[in-house]
Amino acid sequence: MSALSFLLSLAYLGLAFLAPGALSHLLGLLALGVSAFARLSPGARTLNLALLTLAFTVGLMGSGNTLGLIGLVGILVALTTLPRIPTWIRALLGLAILLLSVPLAGFANTFIFELGIQIGIYAAMALGLNVVVGMAGLLDLGYAAFFAVGAYTWAIFGSEQAKNFLQGEFPLPGEYVYLFMLIAILTTALTGLLIGLPALRLRGDYLAIVTLGLGEVVRILANNLDHPINFTNGPQGITPIARPPIDWFREAMAALGVRLDQTTDYQLFFYLLVLLMIGLVVLVNVNLANSRFGRAWVAIREDEIAARSMGIPLLPTKLLAFMTGAAFSGVMGVIFAAQRTFVSPESFTLLASITILGMVILGGMGSIPGAILGAAALTILNLDILKSFSEFVRTSLPQIPSQVDPAKYERLVFGLILVLMMIFRPEGLIPEKRHKAEMEEA
Amino acid sequence: MLEQILVLLPQVIFDGFILGFVYAMVALGYTMVYGVLELINFAHSEIFMIGAVVGVEVFRYLAPHVENGFLLLLLALVLGGAISGLTAILVERFAYRPLRKRGTTNRLVPLITAIGVSFILQDLVRLIEGLWHNEFFLRMRTVEDLEGSVELFGGAIFAQNKSFILMGVSILMLLGLTYLVNRTKLGVAIRAVAQDLSTASLMGIDPDRIISRTFLIGGSLGGVAGVLFALQYTTITPYVGFLPGLKAFTAAVLGGIGNIPGAMLGGLVLGQLENFFGTYLPILTNGNFGTEYKDVVAFLILILILLLRPQGLLGQVVKEKV
Repeated sequence: MSALSFLLSLAYLGLAFLAPGALSHLLGLLALGVSAFARLSPGARTLNLALLTLAFTVGLMGSGNTLGLIGLVGILVALTTLPRIPTWIRALLGLAILLLSVPLAGFANTFIFELGIQIGIYAAMALGLNVVVGMAGLLDLGYAAFFAVGAYTWAIFGSEQAKNFLQGEFPLPGEYVYLFMLIAILTTALTGLLIGLPALRLRGDYLAIVTLGLGEVVRILANNLDHPINFTNGPQGITPIARPPIDWFREAMAALGVRLDQTTDYQLFFYLLVLLMIGLVVLVNVNLANSRFGRAWVAIREDEIAARSMGIPLLPTKLLAFMTGAAFSGVMGVIFAAQRTFVSPESFTLLASITILGMVILGGMGSIPGAILGAAALTILNLDILKSFSEFVRTSLPQIPSQVDPAKYERLVFGLILVLMMIFRPEGLIPEKRHKAEMEEA
Repeated sequence: MLEQILVLLPQVIFDGFILGFVYAMVALGYTMVYGVLELINFAHSEIFMIGAVVGVEVFRYLAPHVENGFLLLLLALVLGGAISGLTAILVERFAYRPLRKRGTTNRLVPLITAIGVSFILQDLVRLIEGLWHNEFFLRMRTVEDLEGSVELFGGAIFAQNKSFILMGVSILMLLGLTYLVNRTKLGVAIRAVAQDLSTASLMGIDPDRIISRTFLIGGSLGGVAGVLFALQYTTITPYVGFLPGLKAFTAAVLGGIGNIPGAMLGGLVLGQLENFFGTYLPILTNGNFGTEYKDVVAFLILILILLLRPQGLLGQVVKEKV
């Protein structure tokens, strides 16, 4: 068995060198599947994964086909979930993928950077929502509202928009992005408090509906606060928004021997920034889960009445979860606004909220690697697979009317994923222990 | 300003009633399903939307063949109700029943399923309409018989014939449903299942069948409401169900969810409030805040009601079991 999977990996490595592209990546995915699911010794499996990492990287550099990125995500998942792989190898391979393979592939095809950044932004938000839904069991259907508040916090002051109601020099220089990431924590936590104070007195379904309604209210405000005073510029959105200056980053990269050009410098910078943010968010998440508050959240999720009887103050504890999740989303909102240099109410619809919720559910509620995997899967599906499928349909089957363009059926795909997951695997792809036990018990 | 408000008032109240009856009809479907399964059937907004789309299609294809506008409307109502009711049964059979069979206690699972179903239905209708007509933005065909209008109270109210039909049908629906639930055998069975599903099944009731019928009834009512909505407001897209659905749910909560007359009352109150704010906000604030904020009003009402009187206007307090 191990000889076969080893040969497969080697064959793919050779193919990645000679004929990189979608077909060889498919072979790579097959090899990855074999080495993940076959019964292999830990050593053979580790070697296989290392070989595949190298092969996917080479293949991506050669062709820039995004199937290779899916392979890399798959290896990351295998590293986090498969047992008996030495920790230092997990760390080494994981870092190599995140810091070497993806940037190398990004230079071959800048879309991979874009994909990586979007995955990262959504992963951080999914981790934030994971605190609210996964840990504390509060179903929040208006999570994109906090993302909007964070994004507009920087968008208004990082563009000329603020001149409409304030005197002073606007747009603020790009360095202020970092300050506004802190400010966004405050503004979104405050929004979380304002929304949570009335909403969190309710439970279950009612909470879901009220957060959905309040999320819509934030979107309506973003859409209409262009009069009487122009705060948000209405449906047109705000652009251009200042980006942080990165001369120091270019110099540092040049010192490392990496030559950046106009298209890749900001991409690489934001990619690394988002990675850093995810690292921080995961750290906070792990610490929260093991803290007094984390235990209180789980207690409330499992049995609210029992938790209250044990002296856990319900409303403050829930509010804290809500505000923590909101703050994560707010910081990512600032990064989103600075990276895109454009925000509009379209990015913060109910669909966005449900998509983030879908990421948490798909990955497994309460599970940190699950939330990241969910974010990767849905973002790749949405930005890459549906789009390339559309392109395929348009070029090879032109007789099909444009109304059937697969990229337009995002909701259909999400809906199917949600329904099928709830019926067949409600605990998610990488379930958290306690949730899994709970679902099995039922 | 006051004069302007008073001149418009009769028309505002009349239009508020029409909107209120639409919400009330949709709210009946929410309330029925919630009463039996304690499930917020999000997909009900899409059942309503399907009714509206069927209405448009029936008018599009049959209007050249059927002379009488009222007969045409009757056909549209029957077909819209039937197709919507059928969709509701299918949704129950393939999305909700598997969850019930597994017996999950987690309340989030059915709610997420319902959201998923609602997304699927939206895009399926879009896909079908896209293939059929190469567009999904639909306009209701106008039929002369139904477009007639009268002026009441010396011209203070401009009322179309179809508005009276809408009100009449919704009152009939309320009466019919009340009769069905309180006086018929099926109604007794529905109430038994709502009271206690497992005990009801011990008494020789097949709960699956009763739940299926509840969805059929709720879905058909939603479909009929959709046809009338399309007739009244004329422009339909696959995404048109979301806001009325949310408002109707608000109405159901307002009246006391699970309570049939309550749903009607809640719908009417919400329709009046929304139309009132929609018309007068621009006047009262000199155009600074527009009609868009009427949706905000609806959500704020929902929150206030849930905080101050969670059992709703006509509901009863349910003691929490520990």
